[in-house]
Amino acid sequence: MDRYETVIGLEIHVELQTASKLFCGCSATFGGEPNSNCCPVCLGLPGSLPVFNRRAIELAATAALALNSEIQGKSRFDRKNYFYPDLPKAYQVSQYDQPLAKGGFLDFRIKNEIRRVNLERVHLEEEAGKLLHAGESILDAEYSLVDYNRAGIPLLEIVTRPDLRSGSEARFFLESLRLLLLYIGVSDCKMEEGSLRCDANISLRPTGSQELGIKTEVKNMNSFKAVEAALEFEAVRQEKILNSGGKVGQETCHWNEETRETIPLRGKEGSSDYRYFPEPDLLPLLLEKSLIRELAASLPELPLQRFQRLQDNYGLAESEAQIFIDNRDLGDFFESAAKTYNNYRNLANWVQGDFLFQVRERGYRLEKTLPDHLVEILVQLDNGEISRPVAKNLLAESLKTGRSPLELIATNNLGRITGRDQLLPLVEQVIAENPGAVDNFRRGKEKAVAFLVGKVMALSSGRADPGELNRLFRDIITK
Amino acid sequence: MKLHENTAVVLSQLLAKKEVSAIEVTQSFLNRIGDLDPLLKAFVTLTPEFALKTAAEVDQKRINGKRLHPLAGVPIAIKDNICTEGIKTTCASRILSNYHPPFDATVVSSLKAIGMPLLGKTNMDEFAMGSSTENSAFFTSRNPWDPERVPGGSSGGSAVAVAAGMAPLALGSDTGGSVRQPASFCGLIGLRPTYGRVSRYGLIAFASSLDQIGPLALTAEDAALLLGAIAGYDRLDSTSLPEDVPDYSKELGAGIKGIRIGLIGENVDQQFDPEVNAAVKRKLTMLEQHGAVTGEVSLPLTDYGLGAYYLIAPSEASSNLGRYDGVRYGYKAESRHLEEMFSNTRGEGFGAEVKRRIMIGTYALSAGYYDAYYLKAMQVRTMIRRNYEKAFQSFDLILGAATPTPAFKIGEKSDDPLQMYLSDVCNINDALAGIPSISVPAGLHSSGLPMGMQISAPPSGEKLLLAAAHFLDGQKRGVPQRPQLEIGEGGSK
Repeated sequence: MDRYETVIGLEIHVELQTASKLFCGCSATFGGEPNSNCCPVCLGLPGSLPVFNRRAIELAATAALALNSEIQGKSRFDRKNYFYPDLPKAYQVSQYDQPLAKGGFLDFRIKNEIRRVNLERVHLEEEAGKLLHAGESILDAEYSLVDYNRAGIPLLEIVTRPDLRSGSEARFFLESLRLLLLYIGVSDCKMEEGSLRCDANISLRPTGSQELGIKTEVKNMNSFKAVEAALEFEAVRQEKILNSGGKVGQETCHWNEETRETIPLRGKEGSSDYRYFPEPDLLPLLLEKSLIRELAASLPELPLQRFQRLQDNYGLAESEAQIFIDNRDLGDFFESAAKTYNNYRNLANWVQGDFLFQVRERGYRLEKTLPDHLVEILVQLDNGEISRPVAKNLLAESLKTGRSPLELIATNNLGRITGRDQLLPLVEQVIAENPGAVDNFRRGKEKAVAFLVGKVMALSSGRADPGELNRLFRDIITK
Repeated sequence: MKLHENTAVVLSQLLAKKEVSAIEVTQSFLNRIGDLDPLLKAFVTLTPEFALKTAAEVDQKRINGKRLHPLAGVPIAIKDNICTEGIKTTCASRILSNYHPPFDATVVSSLKAIGMPLLGKTNMDEFAMGSSTENSAFFTSRNPWDPERVPGGSSGGSAVAVAAGMAPLALGSDTGGSVRQPASFCGLIGLRPTYGRVSRYGLIAFASSLDQIGPLALTAEDAALLLGAIAGYDRLDSTSLPEDVPDYSKELGAGIKGIRIGLIGENVDQQFDPEVNAAVKRKLTMLEQHGAVTGEVSLPLTDYGLGAYYLIAPSEASSNLGRYDGVRYGYKAESRHLEEMFSNTRGEGFGAEVKRRIMIGTYALSAGYYDAYYLKAMQVRTMIRRNYEKAFQSFDLILGAATPTPAFKIGEKSDDPLQMYLSDVCNINDALAGIPSISVPAGLHSSGLPMGMQISAPPSGEKLLLAAAHFLDGQKRGVPQRPQLEIGEGGSK
């Protein structure tokens, strides 16, 4: 048994996918010329005032609902005062003691188990601008540039309870959270673009203890892998300190992606006093029950619900269901095809096998493919109208041209060649062209038949049936 | 009578009858400014070309027979904390001494749409923090009734401009009396509207939960016209009231018969100049004689208002002023590196009173002090609002002095912030409660200076306030309304 238990809580920031910013009409799209999507409001010019973007509030409430967090009928915005050049007003409009939603949880699968992480709160705030330093940091840079395009983009903050026990758990949780947010369409959740960000509080305590140890805050983790690696590293770092009889300092650590270590930032942060107070420029946010009901009713099926349903409705294995959960559009394709084709396991095999291979290999766009085409192929195959190799070729051809497989079968004469009468000319041709193999077979080399069958298969573009050919060759040669 | 001696309503009529042109009107005020402003220093920035251009446009529209607002062609002066696109807006602070906003405040857009020529931007206490204009980073404005005295503040420049006939109308802003107190010191009507009645968009924030833009005028009629021009819901200001704007000029003459008026008991104590108390009493008697039902009203928490105000307003200010760092706009100090630039910019850019309030506010909001200061002050604020609600069950209007004394001398209180703060004591509770409140002239003090009286009404009670003020306007009977200014050569006394 390990001497210490790792305790992790996450603070996640998610940029909401709105057309405009939280408090003004500026475009909230990623990228663009620096400082091109700005106005007096998001630049914090003197005299400007914020106005709510209703869409952002709806998206935030939708996320809260999906996270089982209790939406507050009345919440409030506060000013979080701190001075930094990326914050044009020197305060961030956020929510302090009356957040949009309280509590909640997210269930997620890890190693074939369902784990629950409880949430502290879900709230809405505004994004800061982006700094670019010509040097290491703002203090030693020759100069720094600031882009306010990002300033004022609506940001959802999700705070978990300290319910996670390892870096890999944290990563699984984050990936599940990302999937959930993608399902409900509130964010594009791109960690590399910063639209999903995560800071972590991590501490160790003696295994079996209920008290929390002294925590550090880990920042600058810019990918799911980094979250896992940084937290695993930090746990080891803390363990070493504790084992040597030392005390972990309550500090902020930066994950360094290059050196792959967490580095404590001495002194700088930790004692900030944000002097929160109610934002006087905004009225309290009132959310009517009817709106909350409406948003709840329009929630789509969530990943875990779908995971269960795919198994229940289609008899899929967990691993198959998981692939459809993780690849939502692939799951949609499957379910669409399953409406008219009820050998679900076979369908799932094809979708996750040949179909997915073709789509990925050739870079087809999934939304342009037609589930009906796959169904046509499978039905023909099941009915014995085409052979398996033909089915695969058909799939490739149909994906490439967008033409119906049935049509392709008819025009290209791809139906199976069966029966002695139809096969005999091909068999005789192969026998005539391969006397050596025929001799070998006669001398008892069983493998020679397979060779001859292969020749006919090639000749018939896979339309013949190998079993039938096998019998036919034996019949003719041994006669 | 010279053009600049007229009220806005009279000018409006003269313009409508085409007896004068907007250009003539505007020019007469510009001339008056040329004569008097070197002495009185009401303006930080003058905009004569812009004013004349607007006037010319209005005249052309009138010739073309366009329908015009009654105030079209009537010039106005605007306090220098209200943003004017492309026109310097300084808040009388060094830190914004070169700031040209890229947008108009909503009230400015409204006035532009009407066609009111903008004469210039008026002096004020820096960031509206003060009661005398002595906190202006540039200069102190002088009271036209006695240039050795302050005009009040923070909207002192606007008050001076109207009182001295340099503008028929002006806009000020009132956070804790900054429209009403200078109106009282200068013998004017000064109206603080209900919080949210006038958009704050483009008003550079001092204390956001208290700031309101309001008119300064010679008469209630003038104030009513201007209020009507600037009031209304603004989707750019989340705290603006989504209520329709009544026609403030209509039924101004409704009189005060049957109106229940309560005199604040608590105001009448030894700190007040006895002449002021007597003047207020006289007005009350006059109102009673004309049919008002009068009585005494108790507002027991009056004493706590000042304390609450001087925690809430600086707290908000400490947050609102954090953005002035020299990076994006405004004054930028010389420095060797970034941190020094920030601290030098603020050190040199802000005046003493602004720094004092930033520090008070920062302290009051700090962890460990928040509950004892800011939160407690907010609780007092709620109680004060309830006090008023209760009082307004028995009275339609509440009456008291607008200032404890007439205008004080320049320098008299500038070294004693507490004494300075006390000069707003009459005005602060209304501001905390968010109710409308008007300062009206209450006659002349034995020193020859004007005294002021303040009337307050329940939320959105501006109409009633203006009707009462209009009634009092009609009762003046020979009391001089304007200071007797001797204009010598070169405009100096």
